[in-house]
Order: sequence, then structure tokens, then C-alpha cells
Amino acid sequence: MWKRAEQTGSTEMRGVFVETLQEMMDQNKKVVALEADLGGASGFSKIQKSHPDQFLNVGIAEANMVGIAAGMSMRGFVPFIHTFAPFAVRRACDQIFLEGAYAGNTINIYGSDPGVCVAQNGGTHTTFEDMAIMRAIPTVEVYDPADGVQLRWLIHSLEHKKGVHYIRAARKGMPDIYAEGSTFESGKANVLREGKDVLLVAAGLGLKLALDAADQLAEEGVEAAVLDMFTVAPFDVETFRQQAAGKKLIVTVENHSVTNGLGSAAADILAEDGSGIRLRKVGIENRFGQVGSQDFLMKEYGLTVEHVYQIVKTNL
Amino acid sequence: MDKEKERQLKKGSAEIRLETLKMLKWRGYGHLGGAMSIVELLSVLYNDILRYKPEVPAWEDRDYVVLSKGHSGPSLYAALALHGFFDKELLYTLNEGGTSLPSHPDRLRTPGVDATTGSLGQGTSVAAGIGMALRKEGRSGQKVYLIVGDGELNEGQCWEAFQFLAHHKLHEVIVIIDYNKRQLDGKLTDIITPFDFHKKMESFGFRVFDADGREESSIDEALKAAGQVTDSAVCVLLDTVKAQGVPYYIEREDSHAPKFDAKAKEELDKTIQALEQYVAEGGR
Repeated sequence: MWKRAEQTGSTEMRGVFVETLQEMMDQNKKVVALEADLGGASGFSKIQKSHPDQFLNVGIAEANMVGIAAGMSMRGFVPFIHTFAPFAVRRACDQIFLEGAYAGNTINIYGSDPGVCVAQNGGTHTTFEDMAIMRAIPTVEVYDPADGVQLRWLIHSLEHKKGVHYIRAARKGMPDIYAEGSTFESGKANVLREGKDVLLVAAGLGLKLALDAADQLAEEGVEAAVLDMFTVAPFDVETFRQQAAGKKLIVTVENHSVTNGLGSAAADILAEDGSGIRLRKVGIENRFGQVGSQDFLMKEYGLTVEHVYQIVKTNL
Repeated sequence: MDKEKERQLKKGSAEIRLETLKMLKWRGYGHLGGAMSIVELLSVLYNDILRYKPEVPAWEDRDYVVLSKGHSGPSLYAALALHGFFDKELLYTLNEGGTSLPSHPDRLRTPGVDATTGSLGQGTSVAAGIGMALRKEGRSGQKVYLIVGDGELNEGQCWEAFQFLAHHKLHEVIVIIDYNKRQLDGKLTDIITPFDFHKKMESFGFRVFDADGREESSIDEALKAAGQVTDSAVCVLLDTVKAQGVPYYIEREDSHAPKFDAKAKEELDKTIQALEQYVAEGGR
């Protein structure tokens, strides 16, 4: 069961990743962390110090890291690998596909700083297409957790779970959405807010935008439901259909390209159902990334509360 | 190596070559050249080196074989069938819809196949991962035999994996290079010159053992010597010939994955008959 956080604050995601893995490693010697020379960026270098026997820095060799993880999983190890999201997904795509998913191995991938979270690393280090790529690979589970509580639960949930699991998460702080100790269900979306007029479907960085836009809309009498689709693949079709029924408009909000991400998954279902409900996607529209602060990039690419609000107002 | 042992290994090679050629001829096409150049290696591995239990393919104490040059699946399948992992009749389902013997090895489909390979270079990292797992488990003596093609070494990922093996002195993985001098489109020296693999691997931090890949005794000796190394990464460099043991294809440029015309079938029949006779006479 989950509950909303009562206080507003933020939690550093990489810290959660590292601490949770350390907790798991204390109990389970088969849990290992692999890094491609970004231990200083991910905080995984702390794991190297605390659990040297359960850590490997493979050097700047992402494809090799994926293969090593696959091989270790064949002996029952539970690998968690980290690199920046674009290098995990774009550079090691064939390895993730073949030695991960196709070969039936287990690899848990932390692709950090997806989308606009990239900030100062700029366009070369930006991925707006990671979910599009990963959700097209059969059996791969794609997660876009919104806060530290959800991330902590997610990492624990993968300890005994076979398969390829892709977690796209910021390294730095994300606003707290859920109360400490909340639990979730993989593949099950959370209805954070009910409302009869509009359905906002979001994940990750988009969730807070959707929640704040819903507050703003409420002041004008527009009732917006908000769905946290933190498991982007497999998509929770059932909850989505239940929540979409009877709405005048659906708006998806994602820190990702509008091509083949969260919004596209929702659009597929609406179209195949012949629902006739209008859908608008808030996300990155056929553009590359660029350098800038996260705030700058969010404004630049329309990932703002104001933009979500305007999209609802102009399409309702 | 004593004569009797050598006779057994040569007979083993003949059997693998024979079953592979019969299967490919029945299929009408296939990856002949690279499958043939590892036949002697497979005979030595399955007859004299590997620990395995065909009735328990996933036996946790087994040695692993990672055939990174996955297109050579047919001769691996022949070796597995001959060593009890599945019935020889299954060989005549190669590449059929729904078969458990796909063109490239698949660990989820075929008993005895340890790694899924085919996208070249990737088996090197998987072997490194299995080797590292064995080390972390403290399993001394258990090995991973990684078979890579010389053309496959065009792939950068191989060298990423080799750096890792060398850095960790991961002797649990024995890298075996099938140096048959040809890749799909022609000679290595016409496509990407390999220069000196022995020096290359040595400079990467490997102990390198050279062997004549056409001679079982030479392969056996090199693998056993490599298996004794505990202070460095190890490599066995096999000097082989593409389409080895199949005279008609040795000089041909289309030996990688030929489709057999009437002439080719006639020539394959000659080789098959000679092998059948050799096997029937017990390798004498």
C-alpha cells in the first residue's frame, strides 16, 4: 500500500540507489553492482568501499558490462549495472537485447539522468528515446520512478525477479510524492487523484507536473484524475482503461520523446479500443537535447506545470 | 600423447565432421567453413577436457563452452548429439521452423548449449561474466572455454572483454581463437588485417599457447597447458584452415555459408564416404 507524502521535500535518487543496494548486499551475497567508470557520478564508488567483493568497475566499456552481467546472472548472481541512460540504452542496445532479454538472463539496469535530468552534460549525453527503445524489446520491464520511496521499493522488488529491468532515474533530487514505507505493485499504476473531466497520465519527473497542474485546474473547477504509470512497460492497460472511461480528454506527461514512450503506449490503447477520447502528449517533440540547467531544459522543452495546464485548457 | 588416445580423438573428430556434413548436406546449405575449422577442437574438448553430464546439462559443476562465433553452431550440435545431450535424429531439424537447433546457438532451446550467441563479439563478455562468477564462488578448476573466430575479432567488444580478462587475470576463461584466415567476405588480410594475434594477445596481458588446430594432440597439449595457468589470462591460438577436412571447399571463396549445387553435393558425398569408412574402421 502506498500513501502520499505529507511534507514536501526532495530525495537524492542515487543515494537511494546506493543505500538500497548496500542493504541488499548485506543480506544477499549474490547481489552485485557493476559500473562503467562512473562510480563517482552514481555514488557506486561507495559500494566499492563497503562491499568490494560485490562490486566491479569494468571500465569505459558499456557493451562489455552488459555481457558480463548476463554471464554472472547465469550463475545465479543478481547484477545491477549503472551508466548514464543514453550509454546503457543506445550504446549497449544489442547486448541488452540479445544477452539480456533474448537469452533469458537477468540484468537490472540503472540508466541515470534520462531526458532533461542530464542538465550540464548536454545533448551528447541526453536520451529522449530510451523508453521507446527498451519497451520495444519483448519481456523488458521499463520503470520511471517518481521519487526516492518508489525507487527504494523498486530496487528491493528486483532482488529475486528474473529478466531485464530498465530503471531510468535521475541522480539528483526528486520531489517526494509518497510517504516512507509505501509499497507498490509492479505493472500496476497508482491513482493519485480522482476526477471526472480529464485524465493526466504521468511517470517519473512528469508526475509532479501532473499533480500540480491538477491542483491549478481544480481552482477553476476542472476535475483532473492523475495516474502514476511508473511501470511504463508492461503498461497497466486495465487501470488506464478504467480511468480513461468517460473522460473528455487525456494528457500524458513524460520526460521523454513523444514518439513511442508513455504517451504512445496510451494512444495505442485508446485507438485500438476505438474510444474516441482525445489524447494530447506533453513531452519532447522531435528534438535533440542541449546543455543547460534542468530548470532551463524543462522550460525549453515544455515540461512545466503551466504547459500541462495550458494543454488541458486549450483542448478541453 | 599415446597413439591410442590420439586415435580416439581423431575418430571423434571424424564423427563430428561426418555428422555435421550429413546434416548440412541434408539441409542443402549452411555455415560449413567455420563449423569445420573447429571440429578437431570440439573433439578434444568433449572427449578429453570438459567436465559435463549430458543427462544434467545445467550441472553446476560443469565446464562451460561459449561458442562466440555462433554461426558454427552445426558442428557444436553434432558434438553435443554424439556426446549424449540429445538424439542424433534431431540434427535433421536444423533451421526448421520450431526446431531446438537454430542456426545460431540458443541456451534456452538446446540442451548442452551454455550461451546464446550469434551477434558477434558478445560471447566474449558473457564468458568473462561466467568466469568472474566462478571466481567469486571460489570454484577453482572449473573453466569457461570461449571459442572466438578470427574474423569475429574485428568486433571491438572482444577487446573490451579481453582487457577485462587480463586485468583480473581471469584464468577461469580460456580464450580459444580459431585462426582460419577467412571471414565471410574473404581473407582477413584483404578485409581487416589481423597482424600478429600471438603478439597482440600477449601485449594485452595474456599467456598465449600456439597449437595446430588440425592436430588433436597439439590442441590437447595446449589446452592442458593453458588450464594450468593461474596467474594470468590465457589464450590458445589455433592455426586452422577454413573448411578444414573438406577438400572441395578449402580453396573455395564461398566456404563460409555455401548453398550446395549438384557438383558440391557430389564432392561432399566423397568426403562423407571417406569419413564413414574411417569411422567404421575405428579411426585406423
